[in-house]
Amino acid sequence: MSNSGYAHPDALVSTEWVAQHLNDPAVRIVESNEDPLLYASGHIPGAIQIDWVTDLNDQIRRDYLDRKSFESLLSKHGISNNTKVIFYGDKNNWWACYAFWVFQLFGHANAAIMNGGRLKWVEEQRPLTKEVPHYPTSTYHAQERSDYKIRAFRDQVLSHVNGHLPLIDVRSPGEFKGELTHMPDYPQEGALRAGHIPGAKSIPWSKAVQPDGTFKLPDDLKALYEQDNGFAPSQNIITYCRIGERSAHTWFVLTYLLGYPTVRNYDGSWTEWGNSVGVPIEK
Amino acid sequence: MADINEYPEALRDVMEMFEDIDEHGRAEILLDYSSRFQEVPSYIAQRPFPEDHRVQRCESEAYVFTEPNADDGVNFYFAVENPQGVSAKALAAILQESLMGEKAETIKAIPHDIVFRLFGKRISMGKGEGLLGMVALLKYFADLTQKEQKSE
Repeated sequence: MSNSGYAHPDALVSTEWVAQHLNDPAVRIVESNEDPLLYASGHIPGAIQIDWVTDLNDQIRRDYLDRKSFESLLSKHGISNNTKVIFYGDKNNWWACYAFWVFQLFGHANAAIMNGGRLKWVEEQRPLTKEVPHYPTSTYHAQERSDYKIRAFRDQVLSHVNGHLPLIDVRSPGEFKGELTHMPDYPQEGALRAGHIPGAKSIPWSKAVQPDGTFKLPDDLKALYEQDNGFAPSQNIITYCRIGERSAHTWFVLTYLLGYPTVRNYDGSWTEWGNSVGVPIEK
Repeated sequence: MADINEYPEALRDVMEMFEDIDEHGRAEILLDYSSRFQEVPSYIAQRPFPEDHRVQRCESEAYVFTEPNADDGVNFYFAVENPQGVSAKALAAILQESLMGEKAETIKAIPHDIVFRLFGKRISMGKGEGLLGMVALLKYFADLTQKEQKSE
């Protein structure tokens, strides 16, 4: 499928493109999953794994790794500043988009998502291996993490709410409505309060993908976000979910597929907002 | 963490395998269990599976089913609709191979930290909740099955 019609077609590659670049030294393929067993069960030949918990997060504070840690991570995997990094993973690329987003905090623009993710690769019966590759270490120079352009913090979200600016809640409709199960001992979603941030519109992330896991075509995405929900590229938009992974998916769609220039992902998301004292909540 | 002796005896051997294990060994054992996963037999449930048997917030679309057995115990089964749901399948296989047919009290006594003992601390909150949800729904239906047995 052609990427034509997307605002930034270079940010998306097909499974076929990846198959043709398995041995390309200028390309590093990165698998990023929610399920920690999947990579070990078999992955694209030559793909490394970047785990959002152990690799991308600070191990003490709730925050991402810093510049030095990011440089070490990429050096360890032989990624240089010129390497084109291709992300793919489970859950229609939730975690791939999340890792892509973290890479953008450090300015690694030479990156793309494999359209359709891991499931499409597997369903096309393309090769998988359990062999874990090791690449010679590289030298990587990252910029300081930039938390301003594509990341939003709680107080900024609060100002956003007070300014009646647009927010997109990409969780399921049940989470948006604040419906909680009352089954005894059933785990909740890690928040004391349920509902959504006032003024947010509910557009579940999954509406941006087709049944085969690939992103919807440009006209269909425009219909979803613009005709159906009234968003426009000129708006200053914040996306959120529970911890920022599903909303990174929507952030990618708006920023790279539709070309919206001002979209931020609130990674504190509901696990912060729903536990914060005194912030407004709607049901 | 719960003491290992708080685990039902039938589960204890499995849990001990995961004591002090490295991540590679953990993945190998879990993938082995995952490959042995057996889906709910069609005489118990068929697609489309009923929503009230679905584990909420489990992204692997897992379902739980139970039936009473002749020894006043509970037989239980799972379906995992996500083809990439290897962790859900591994957990289902471990529970089935260890506790199938046990009394509801035994099933209900599974300690809450089972998911973290099996999958380690690398498990994401969402994934952990989904897997814990499988255990919670199993306990719920085991309890229900036992109550129905007693009322008959």
